[in-house]
Amino acid sequence: MIVTGKGGVGKTTVAVALGMRAAAEGKRTIVCEVAAQENTSRMFDHAQVGFHEVEMEENLWSISIDPDESMREYVLLQLKVRAMRDMLFRSRIFNYLAAATPGLKELVTIGKIWELAQADRKVKSGRKYDLVIVDAPATGHGVGFLQTPRTFASIARVGPIHSQAQTLDRFITDHVNTGTAIVALPEEMPVNETAALEQDLRDEVGVAVDRVYLNGLYPERFSKEEAERLAALAEGEEGSTRAAARAAISEHSRARSQRAQLARLRRRVEAPVKSLPFLFEPELGREGARTLSKRLG
Amino acid sequence: MANVGEILEGKEICICAGSGGVGKTTTSAAIATGMAMRGLKVCVLTIDPAKRLADSLGLEELGNEARRVDPALFEKQGIEMEGELWAMMLDAKATFDELIARQAPDEESRDRVLGNRIYQQISSALAGSQEYMAMEKLFELHSEGDFDLLVLDTPPTRNALDFLDAPRRLTQFIEGKSLRVFMKPTGFAARVAGRGANVALSVLKRIVGFDLIADLAEFFNAFSGMVEGFQARAKRVNKLLADRRTSFLVVCGPQGEPIDEAVYFHRKLVEAKLPFGGVIVNKVHYPAEKLRGADPEDLPAALAEKLDDGDLAARVAENFSDYQALAERDAHNIAHLAAELRTKGVIRVPYMDEDVHDLTGLVEINRYLFASSEERVQMAAGRA
Repeated sequence: MIVTGKGGVGKTTVAVALGMRAAAEGKRTIVCEVAAQENTSRMFDHAQVGFHEVEMEENLWSISIDPDESMREYVLLQLKVRAMRDMLFRSRIFNYLAAATPGLKELVTIGKIWELAQADRKVKSGRKYDLVIVDAPATGHGVGFLQTPRTFASIARVGPIHSQAQTLDRFITDHVNTGTAIVALPEEMPVNETAALEQDLRDEVGVAVDRVYLNGLYPERFSKEEAERLAALAEGEEGSTRAAARAAISEHSRARSQRAQLARLRRRVEAPVKSLPFLFEPELGREGARTLSKRLG
Repeated sequence: MANVGEILEGKEICICAGSGGVGKTTTSAAIATGMAMRGLKVCVLTIDPAKRLADSLGLEELGNEARRVDPALFEKQGIEMEGELWAMMLDAKATFDELIARQAPDEESRDRVLGNRIYQQISSALAGSQEYMAMEKLFELHSEGDFDLLVLDTPPTRNALDFLDAPRRLTQFIEGKSLRVFMKPTGFAARVAGRGANVALSVLKRIVGFDLIADLAEFFNAFSGMVEGFQARAKRVNKLLADRRTSFLVVCGPQGEPIDEAVYFHRKLVEAKLPFGGVIVNKVHYPAEKLRGADPEDLPAALAEKLDDGDLAARVAENFSDYQALAERDAHNIAHLAAELRTKGVIRVPYMDEDVHDLTGLVEINRYLFASSEERVQMAAGRA
């Protein structure tokens, strides 16, 4: 399951919530982070996990996929001889090429995700996961990350990289086994961008989006009529009653404009849209994700 | 205390930096608008292909050429534009192609580079090339001197470091020093590099396939002769970024994570000796002014009496306490930010009731960006 969307929309929270739900159903699940930010481990108040599969709670694992480590592992799997691998890593040309070849980092990262998803794990003593959830990097420039295998398959026309890039492309676009969700916010531009992202995923990567999560939807706490009464009250008051009335009016106004955005989103995307509530908590931690995991639908 | 107008006094370049999703594009547009209102000829540049900037300025679309925003749009908002506001969207690939055309010694080498598949990938997809081209265009526009101020909305990078590092990485790649040694297997360098290198190369061939290496070799050959030009230019770009006419503004949100990233980014700026101007925190929940009247504990009762509706009063009180909790979090995070950055120049823009995505919203944000901090508190209190 690939969880994508622009920066700051709550991808990690949704990815962890999806993981919690699957784990609760008894599925051995892993949440993969790819930006080395350790957001997942932080959410569980856990020490940094790095490039290791670490169990956060029952059935729920986490890994932070570092491209350099993925590259090492990949080369090790390709070259069984350790001495040869060590020689390669000491070689300046290899390090140079590995750092400089466009997209190679993204490619080996996706390669590691693929490896985690295999029933027959390539890594020694690696156990099978029922579900692999990817907290994908923010989509700054469209769909670059997910498009890497396809791009790579066309640069390297022959050789193992070519066929492996093709395998990865098939893995990402295999709609039976690989799902994609976009996380969005109920605001004008994020809604526009979500619609554009869905289209790019479909047309450029060949990925069909299964679901759009609209995150952070304010509850409808006050009716229009109540908001009007509160507006009248705020006029004649001062101090905390006035501030409380104004806060309620703001909430009403935001909840209303967000619902207009929810309706726009539903019109503009093909995938079903599920809204997730805004949680009035200072920081969304583990329990916040758990609350959301029960609302994923 | 500081506001954006004071921070940018006498500056010619303003770079808005920060992680994704914090309102950088909107902030860049609002800053450019505010400075144009005050009489400057300003151009705001974005690299975001998502049409965000065009949308917020009421333009159909933006191209690789600067376009003037119609002053009539501002008049409708009751705003007099004393200066001029221009906007453009950087097309990284087109900028890169132009740069190659300028640097190439002749048409043949230009076409060889433009036609190379590795180049085509790099110019549009290599991490860092977008950022580098943004700097390039900024440099070019600054050299042409048509504008008083350039405001750059930086691309959302996975981390702030990528952005500062981009020119160096790209130049290094183009230099391709260590690779070239291998491309001439009969050369002296290859003999020095010796047998280990040959094994490395053959292993690489096995992994990546020969084509990729051949394409790379061709790429570097095509680029030879342009390397010095690139290096010189990258140096001048870096010099401009560090110049006192440039100011970096860090943009962030009030939650823990964006605040941590802003702290990190500020540290990188200081380490790189780049001129830090200030920090803008968007979507802040301002705390209610010192409460007079009812004690917070008596609030539900006081509200119930005034509204004559216990159920509504309870919901209003609950909503208020939720809001206050967020306001306390924001205040706490911002205090931490100010202490880490050793600055009082934290500009707080409140979380607006309405989603900010058009000129009306920009104008509203503008009032906060260009107000003194006392005025900001008053304005926010007027809202709250």
